[in-house]
Amino acid sequence: MTDPLVKPKKKNPVERTRLPTRPPAPRSRAAQGLTRAAAEGVFEMQTCGDCGALQYPPREVCHQCLSERLVWKDADPRGTLIATTVLRHSNDLYFRERLPWKVGTVKMAAGPSVVAHVHEDCAEGGAVRLALKLDRSGQAVLHALPEKDTPNMNDAPQLRESTCDPKFRRVLVSDGKSAMGLAVARAMLDAGANAVFLGDPTSWKTVKAFDALVASDPRVQPVELDVTDTDSVDRLAASIGGKVEILVNTAAYLRDGGILGRKDVILARDAFEVNVLGMMRLAQAFGPGMGFRAADGSNNAVAWVNILSIHALAALPARGAWSASMAAALSAAQTLRAEFAGAGVRVMNVFPGPIDEEWEQLTPPPKLAPAAVAKAIVQGLQGGLEDVYVGDIAEELRTRLRENHKAVERELGQ
Amino acid sequence: MSNPVLAQFMTEFLAGRLRLVDLTQTLAPEFPTIVLPPEFGQAWPFRIEEISRYDERGPAWYWNNFSMSEHTGTHFDAPVHWVSGKDLPDNTVDSIPVENFIAAACVIDVSAESAENPDFLLTIDYVKRWEEQHGRIPERAWVLLRTDWSKRVTPKEYLNMAEDGAHSPGPDAEVVPWLIRERNVHGFGTESVGTDAGQAHHLNPPYPCHYFMHGNNRYGLQCLTNLDQLPPQGALIFAAPLKIRNGSGSPLRVMAIVTNG
Ligand SMILES: [Zn+2]
Repeated sequence: MTDPLVKPKKKNPVERTRLPTRPPAPRSRAAQGLTRAAAEGVFEMQTCGDCGALQYPPREVCHQCLSERLVWKDADPRGTLIATTVLRHSNDLYFRERLPWKVGTVKMAAGPSVVAHVHEDCAEGGAVRLALKLDRSGQAVLHALPEKDTPNMNDAPQLRESTCDPKFRRVLVSDGKSAMGLAVARAMLDAGANAVFLGDPTSWKTVKAFDALVASDPRVQPVELDVTDTDSVDRLAASIGGKVEILVNTAAYLRDGGILGRKDVILARDAFEVNVLGMMRLAQAFGPGMGFRAADGSNNAVAWVNILSIHALAALPARGAWSASMAAALSAAQTLRAEFAGAGVRVMNVFPGPIDEEWEQLTPPPKLAPAAVAKAIVQGLQGGLEDVYVGDIAEELRTRLRENHKAVERELGQ
Repeated sequence: MSNPVLAQFMTEFLAGRLRLVDLTQTLAPEFPTIVLPPEFGQAWPFRIEEISRYDERGPAWYWNNFSMSEHTGTHFDAPVHWVSGKDLPDNTVDSIPVENFIAAACVIDVSAESAENPDFLLTIDYVKRWEEQHGRIPERAWVLLRTDWSKRVTPKEYLNMAEDGAHSPGPDAEVVPWLIRERNVHGFGTESVGTDAGQAHHLNPPYPCHYFMHGNNRYGLQCLTNLDQLPPQGALIFAAPLKIRNGSGSPLRVMAIVTNG
């Protein structure tokens, strides 16, 4: 049984901060199929379209019949742990700081035998389930996990290297006055966050739910933060930048309206100001500090979360200016992911469908409760995901975009 | 030929017998702008980004880009700002005759009333009582309402929002046309975020100061500060908005010249 994680002590200010290192990163192009699956938290294996053989590691052709018709399919994650080794020495900078490290061979029920990182609660000869997870390099690795959940299993240091669990971490919620911001803050507290810095972009406005949340839990600290104001972002980073281990950017600006029907681009500028430039300001102010602390103990800085929309992938012309800002925000997030890769801070993009909030009043149901999105964010962090699609509408649009993006474009334009 | 008045002015000024009072709030991002219902277009607050500061972006110089609306910070309202003034001649900041940028000021101190009642409204009777004490309001003078609102430091105190909107003092619907008709005033100035009271949308007409002042080609000044340093009568105001083509208003530096002591 895993020892429960203990609440990290206050940082010793005269000890050198451990700098981030990364596990070996290079992968073949074929292996990026695993990356995609791990990024979304699904278990897929390369499967031969001709003979049906599963293969691991991924290759360019089928190892059985040499067919090139290889597809990625859901696979049975069950297997048997046939051998384990505990590494006590390593010449790799990343692993030598994290020893001992348990690895093993799993004979998959679906066929192949694979080498995996082995959870400390797994016994040799026993049943395990495999999971694809991203390591600190952002590359997919196989984890052998206990067949059924064990107490505190997410606290195992080896697994925590692949996840971004809010437990005992400090979270900045950039706009804590919106329905989404409040829901995210509550979900983070429920997930065991050590502190939630709750951003207040409108100190002149009383929001009862905000005041109530601040009063309800000593872990909540209200902080003034307006992502459209560089001064405000810089001031906050100067004050708490060294304490933010997960940043959830809930600042959002959503308005109806296309492009031809308006006389000005003010709405578009306001949307970009919050949704795109706001993210960049936060990144410039908080990113370097988070990168510096990416290997700093058990409460190291781990994740940057952007709440986007499924319309970052396909414009909703009725909200054309906003859709453009979402697409731009996704593009900026991809750059941030590349820039954070060196430190190993994960950028997690969340793509919900319509959310049940004031600016979506006229959107017909089904709409997602902010709490449902917040729950998906916590689960995404606990699972160590990069891309989280929330709700049936988002899932369906994403699937249909893969099938025929032109059809989606025509339908959203109606 | 030089005018002895100007020479005397400089003599008095350099001798310290005349003093300049800055009535301008510092432009800073956190200074509140007026808040309209969120479905309307909103005025941009003041925002500033550094272009360079003796660094790799510009080794020997420091400068910034800034953005804001015409109605952000201490600012001037031109008649064209309101629908009642939309067709008047010379109603934009670039077409207003420059002579109008200098005028005398009467400062009506309602700070005690405003402290007690944030919804305090200036009335005709109040102005008449003020005149009994300080003299008649001269023609083409600014009427400045001293409420000490500028001493409210936080945006929350300054905007003073409740569930039914903002609460701040201003003129009532009768005194504004009276000031124009009976005293031929130059315009109206306040320390709060607008020339009208916070609850002025409930007056008849709504926003009477905007409606009547601009409808009669008069001007507005708001977000003023340091009105407590001005005498009730006798200050001279220099308030020249930026020359924005067809501009409805503009942030500006408002200066008062007063006699010292
Ligand atoms: Zn095959």
